Amino acid sequence: MPRDTPESSTGAPLLEVRNLQTTFDLTKKLSIQAVDGVSFRVHPGETLAIVGESGSGKSVTSLSIMGLLPKDVGRVSAGSIKLQGREITTLSDAEMRDIRGREIGMIFQEPMTSLNPVHTIGQQIAEMVIRHQKLSKSRARARAIEMLEVVGIPEPKRRVDNYPHEMSGGMRQRAMIAMALACEPRILIADEPTTALDVTIQAQMLELMQDLQKKLGMAIIFITHDLGVVAEVADRVVVMYGGQVVETASVEDIFRNPRMPYTAGLMNSIPRLGSSINKKRLEAIPGTVPALTNLPRGCRFHPRCAYVQDICKAALPDLEEASDGHMIRCVRWRELSLNERQAS
Amino acid sequence: MTAPLLQVDNLQKYFPIHGGVLRRVVNNVKAVDGISFDINPGEVVGLVGESGSGKTTVGRTILRLEQATSGAVRFGGTDVMGLGTSQMRAYRKKMQIIFQDPYASLNPREKIREILTHPLRLHKIGSASEHEDRAAALLEKVGLARDHLDRFPHEFSGGQRQRIGIARALAVEPQFIVADEPVSALDVSIQAQVINLLEDLKNDLDLTMLFIAHDLGVVEHICDRVIVMYLGRVMEIASAADLYARPNHPYTKALLSAVPIPEPGKRRERVALKGDIPSPINPPSGCVFRTRCPLATPECAKVVPELKPVGEGHTSACIHTT
Repeated sequence: MPRDTPESSTGAPLLEVRNLQTTFDLTKKLSIQAVDGVSFRVHPGETLAIVGESGSGKSVTSLSIMGLLPKDVGRVSAGSIKLQGREITTLSDAEMRDIRGREIGMIFQEPMTSLNPVHTIGQQIAEMVIRHQKLSKSRARARAIEMLEVVGIPEPKRRVDNYPHEMSGGMRQRAMIAMALACEPRILIADEPTTALDVTIQAQMLELMQDLQKKLGMAIIFITHDLGVVAEVADRVVVMYGGQVVETASVEDIFRNPRMPYTAGLMNSIPRLGSSINKKRLEAIPGTVPALTNLPRGCRFHPRCAYVQDICKAALPDLEEASDGHMIRCVRWRELSLNERQAS
Repeated sequence: MTAPLLQVDNLQKYFPIHGGVLRRVVNNVKAVDGISFDINPGEVVGLVGESGSGKTTVGRTILRLEQATSGAVRFGGTDVMGLGTSQMRAYRKKMQIIFQDPYASLNPREKIREILTHPLRLHKIGSASEHEDRAAALLEKVGLARDHLDRFPHEFSGGQRQRIGIARALAVEPQFIVADEPVSALDVSIQAQVINLLEDLKNDLDLTMLFIAHDLGVVEHICDRVIVMYLGRVMEIASAADLYARPNHPYTKALLSAVPIPEPGKRRERVALKGDIPSPINPPSGCVFRTRCPLATPECAKVVPELKPVGEGHTSACIHTT
């Protein structure tokens, strides 16, 4: 049985996802479980990173929370998502629209897909605050200018009248963050927000998000495949594979002592800066990420796992608690000692 | 010392911008603005820089997929910029490219057999009966199997497609390969496989490579030497180990310091860069980096800094640090 993810933080969670199942009906006969029994909680002020590769279900999890699954194809088929104790999977489209923007802010990888090209940045931010906070037009414009200033856009009074195409990539990303945060949401869902950016701009963005988080006390769900970014921003980490959570722990725990072979494999396969000093071969994970239409029996990682035994092929392992707040989906976790990373 | 295999000499590539009723050239995008470097046989040289720095244009111009505005590219001593179509064909066989996007660079209507034997037919390598065996051998070399010959690209995953792209580049047994972001579109767990494959092939086949990437960790891992570009110019050249241990140019320092460390609680001392890379249509006068540089002084606007030696095989273009 799927279980809750225990938390080190106390108090009521801001967002609680329990046993979430998201189904995509590809054809009349073929459906896939893009998200299969995912549970986690996010507390106020906390940053939760969801890590995974393509097909792991990390983005579908976030779309499920935001109620933005593609109509007629994707649906939450079981489980619950509670925002401050209120079930949101059963809300109407209109009720979800009230929540998005006001309670949940969103930023995506590609700002051009979430900014409207025919409206100025100022109009787009103003529209949000007029809708959610019932501000007058002139107050909304003032708010837009203020937000552009908060996210560090130079000359906000002039930039507020820019169209998205008149801005550079980094500036658009900032504008999108300004829009997401204009109504001071309680939780920000950031889906690969820095993946398309250069490292210098990425560093600016991560700093900005962390500053704003401190100021506003909001929680962040940060979806990424970049472990460097995870180490920098996250308090807790959820690792997903094949639509399921395979490991979750505090950020320190997961980097120092990854206990699911997939997580350990990911850590070992990334080339790190400074590696030219003692060049060695990367430890690649063999094989490919499984297609959700053709998942292996038993542990979904077993065809690629260096520690596979017959027992791994027999049944899907449960997510078990190995130590306080550290959950692992691996039948062999007790006996395996994956090379523990020393904190240097 | 052996002679360099590839010599790039003051290479320039401007893309004209047309305007007005007469579609006159009103300005230029100065994508590559006078860069020079050598690549020795068997060497893997990395080309790094932010998007807009011109690194992809350098790779494409060397292979004459873009026509250079000026400058020379000598391959084994011959300037390939001035060669005619038929002479160039002989060089195309020696110089190949691996593209970033494994989904866009393979013809979806061709079976893998066609994709891999096409370059053999084009360059009249071997007889038709040998082609099949050669294609199968190429697949095995990149970790795939002979029975993949009858499949179409869509039947493969991203990592496998990139392997096919690599096999195609190797089909004509080139001496030199431009690898343009060959792993950045791949999943993390697949990246390492392809990096290892490229390293094996480089050792087995004695390949010389220009490795274009924005991921500094990957570049340091795979490259012998690294060229750092910014806005069409070279900022610094050094061995991979030297560049990471002793970066000289303020841009290199900023770039390295911005890479997140995959260890919680640890963070590099950041050299914060203001704003974005400026437009290559109107690059700043003097040093192109000065508008974002923490060390900039009025002097920097006046002169274009030259690459000066700062260590063995290590050059840097900054009037304040050289």
